[in-house]
Amino acid sequence: MIETSDQIFVLLLHWLVSFLPAPWQPVASAVLCAAAIVCLFPALFALAVWLERKGLGRMQNRLGPNRVGPFGLLQPIADGIKSLTKEDIVPLSADAAVHFLAPVVLVVTVFMGFAVLPMGRNMVLVDLDAGLLFYFAMGASTELAVFMAGWSSRNKYSLLGAMRAVAQMISYEVVLLLSSVVVVMITGSLSLTRIVEAQNHYTWGLPHWYIFTPWGLAGFVMYAIAATAETNRSPFDLPEGESELVAGYHTEYSGFKFALFFLGEYVAMFSISGLGTTLFLGGWSAPFSFLTWVPSWIWFFSKLMLSIFVFIWLRGTLPRLRQDQLMNFAWKFVLPMCLLNLLVTGLWRFLGDGWLRWVVCSAILLLAYVGIALGEQRKKHIGPRSYRYAE
Amino acid sequence: MNPSQGDSSIIAQRPEGLPPRTPIEPQSEGELLEIAMGPHHPSTHGVFRMDVTLDGERVVRLKPVFGYLHRNHEKIAESVSYLASMPYTDRLDYLCPLTNNWAYALAVEKLIGQEVPERAEYLRVILGELTRFQNHASSIGFLIQEMGASGTPLMYAFRAREKILDLFEELTGARMMVNYMRFGGCRVDASSAWLDRTRKVVANLPMFVDEFERLLCSNEILMARTQGVGVLRPELAINAGVTGPMLRASGVNYDVRKVDGYGIYNRFNFRVPLGDHWDVYDRFMVRLLEMKESLKILEVALKEIPGGPVMDSKAKIRGLRPKPGEAYGRIESPKGELGFYLISDGGPNPYRYRVRPPSLINLTILEDMCLGHDVADVVLIFGSVDIILGEVDR
Amino acid sequence: MLGEGILKGLAETARNFFGSYFSAERLTTVEYPEQRIAPFEAARVFPFLVYDGTDWQAGLRCVSCQICEKECPPKCIYIEKSKDKKPDALGKPQFYPARFDIDISVCMSCQICVEVCPFEAIKMNTEFELSTNDRFGGLLLDREQLAKSNQYYHEIHATEAAEVDARLAAEKARVAAKATSIAAARAGEGA
Repeated sequence: MIETSDQIFVLLLHWLVSFLPAPWQPVASAVLCAAAIVCLFPALFALAVWLERKGLGRMQNRLGPNRVGPFGLLQPIADGIKSLTKEDIVPLSADAAVHFLAPVVLVVTVFMGFAVLPMGRNMVLVDLDAGLLFYFAMGASTELAVFMAGWSSRNKYSLLGAMRAVAQMISYEVVLLLSSVVVVMITGSLSLTRIVEAQNHYTWGLPHWYIFTPWGLAGFVMYAIAATAETNRSPFDLPEGESELVAGYHTEYSGFKFALFFLGEYVAMFSISGLGTTLFLGGWSAPFSFLTWVPSWIWFFSKLMLSIFVFIWLRGTLPRLRQDQLMNFAWKFVLPMCLLNLLVTGLWRFLGDGWLRWVVCSAILLLAYVGIALGEQRKKHIGPRSYRYAE
Repeated sequence: MNPSQGDSSIIAQRPEGLPPRTPIEPQSEGELLEIAMGPHHPSTHGVFRMDVTLDGERVVRLKPVFGYLHRNHEKIAESVSYLASMPYTDRLDYLCPLTNNWAYALAVEKLIGQEVPERAEYLRVILGELTRFQNHASSIGFLIQEMGASGTPLMYAFRAREKILDLFEELTGARMMVNYMRFGGCRVDASSAWLDRTRKVVANLPMFVDEFERLLCSNEILMARTQGVGVLRPELAINAGVTGPMLRASGVNYDVRKVDGYGIYNRFNFRVPLGDHWDVYDRFMVRLLEMKESLKILEVALKEIPGGPVMDSKAKIRGLRPKPGEAYGRIESPKGELGFYLISDGGPNPYRYRVRPPSLINLTILEDMCLGHDVADVVLIFGSVDIILGEVDR
Repeated sequence: MLGEGILKGLAETARNFFGSYFSAERLTTVEYPEQRIAPFEAARVFPFLVYDGTDWQAGLRCVSCQICEKECPPKCIYIEKSKDKKPDALGKPQFYPARFDIDISVCMSCQICVEVCPFEAIKMNTEFELSTNDRFGGLLLDREQLAKSNQYYHEIHATEAAEVDARLAAEKARVAAKATSIAAARAGEGA
């Protein structure tokens, strides 16, 4: 019974595909899985839009949308209808083909990333040996779409916004990769299913998720920072911030193409949270050994929604960083910590089992973090101040 | 003698000792980019335009253009009576109508030599400090909003502000356009129920200030964005006539409440916070600390308020014809020194009515503060000046 | 500088998020128009003319002295004095307004007309849902639209109306006492 509920989608897929003759079955199975992903994640996108508006509203002591449908649940549908019925304006001097293709390329590459994420036990579309590598290849292609959008608009401001966005995404791509490499080092495989299975063990009821190790926690924090920057979310959303004069690379888009950019951003958020969950939070494995009766896909999606909630939480709290501060942060603070994390992970592996490796690794990471942070602060004379009063 | 035709003899020379303006030639290969920020802009605090010339990301020249909200306030005042100008002063600095009223009432009281009863003075102080509190809270909220925190601190500031506006409505009949001060006191007396409610509201405000401080003051991103940005040196501030929290954040100890001691301010024990680094962070912190000092004044004033009339019974409100003369009444409004200069020729309307708008005078130094900074900082520096277009344009 | 400021900020936001489900302090929205806040007693929106009794024309307190028209800052009041007179509450024949128009699209709710009126004839109403589709006359209120009874005045501004009634009654009593004393003096002279 537990086994059935855990594997219910796999069983459903097998049953549906069994109606077709044998040579067609692998293709049909892949197409059905892909269709499921393409239907599910836009629905989750609608939910995420609703969650964001309600969540931000509640953080700001106000309700958020509540008129369209019960609790405002139909608000994303209203937004969708609005964006579909708007006029699609293409600037006269714009490069029409590239202008049309940019949102398409963005959405396609973002969805391709889902092909290798294991969303439950035996629930991965394609079990590639180099799944992580494929994911990062697709992720890097999204940056191409951003630049296509900025370039094709033939607009000074769009181009500036696109260049800023691409510079930001490239810098944080390095951080993203380096913080994921530590997982590969310990697991010994690039395959995402193997990474999840390596974390699916329990000691005294507690899981072996990589986030519960010093290098895993550091890696996760840096991955989270890089993920926020990759998806252009606050506090790294200067490329699309409206309080500056440059309205971003999607200035010249209206109607459905704009909605596609929006969709692309949110689905990229899901995708990158999915990868973070797989790498550091144990993917579909349950948090305690007595909870393994709950289906694995429920765990995966709850962790995903939790990550989305953290993204929304960060957006509601933090002001945004300026472009040069953002880049400085990436290259001068996060990247050295990433490289140090690689060293620490190596130490972890070769110091053998026991308490020694915990103490040594944690100490190195903590000292480095405090050292670099205080050094940066002292250099730039930034820090808390005390004020004097007139006599 | 027309500057736009090349005759620059009437344009004031740049004061001695200041570094020369950045030359307009671009330092990179590209050309300079000229941008108009506003008047339709989400961050310009109203209809205001800035013509910014950029070299890459750096600001090379900035020209503020205002006048989009000009409503002929000073000319209208010449054609209506002194009493009828009072509701128009509400609309000058529309976030702080009570302090505008007070400044105008002070000017007319100086002109006609009118005394104000003690209870009215206490009420004026209470309302003035409540106004200062909600203005500083909103100003800080707007500054953080422009920094991109998607409005959360602004909503918290407005939550506190709503309570204060409810108090105003209960006393004066309107949340913002209060028309409350009169020449010789206040229009209506405050009931003891109102005073009790005010005490309760004021007792909850320190918690709000602490919450605000916790959310913002040690936030690293905020510190990185605002420290070292928009430095205004004290000599330049004094030369430009800057007043208010901007001047105090540049380290100059000048608060009209202490200097003039108008009303009964010399009975209250409050401190004047000063800044040492002269940047946007200092301006924002000086406002926060002034909020705390206002709370101190409020607690004392609410405790000590005496009974008695709030209006001098011999005061003439309607048909006021002051003897010919002139008077300048000034107060420390939340934006700076707000002054009214009146010249009377014996008639029922003033001969000349002039407002010294602190926002406009603080704004003249905007270019010098923004030169060399990034475009993203211009918005922050502009927000830290804390202007209200109603006052700038009148 | 180690990130604890950011964590403090996050904690504050989380407190507000969860608190908004439990305390009214953290969710201050009033969902207008389904929920409304009762207006304060002192609230003022646009003026109205008070009449005593049930007949608005006979009981209108306004005697068309035109002081409010002169003192109004944006000059939104337009009064035409009548040619004949009618007796007022004290019995004295007074003029009345043949026309009394207030343009509420110009009125700035400053309450100066109320302050300067010597006859307690014009007071501030609290009704604000006055939007109309009629662009050119819908916001010009005439005498009949402005006239509301003293009972209505008691409903919206109870304390103020009570004070006004007391003042008017005292005035009436004073005038009546003066009249009886004059009559008594005359009777005394006659006898």
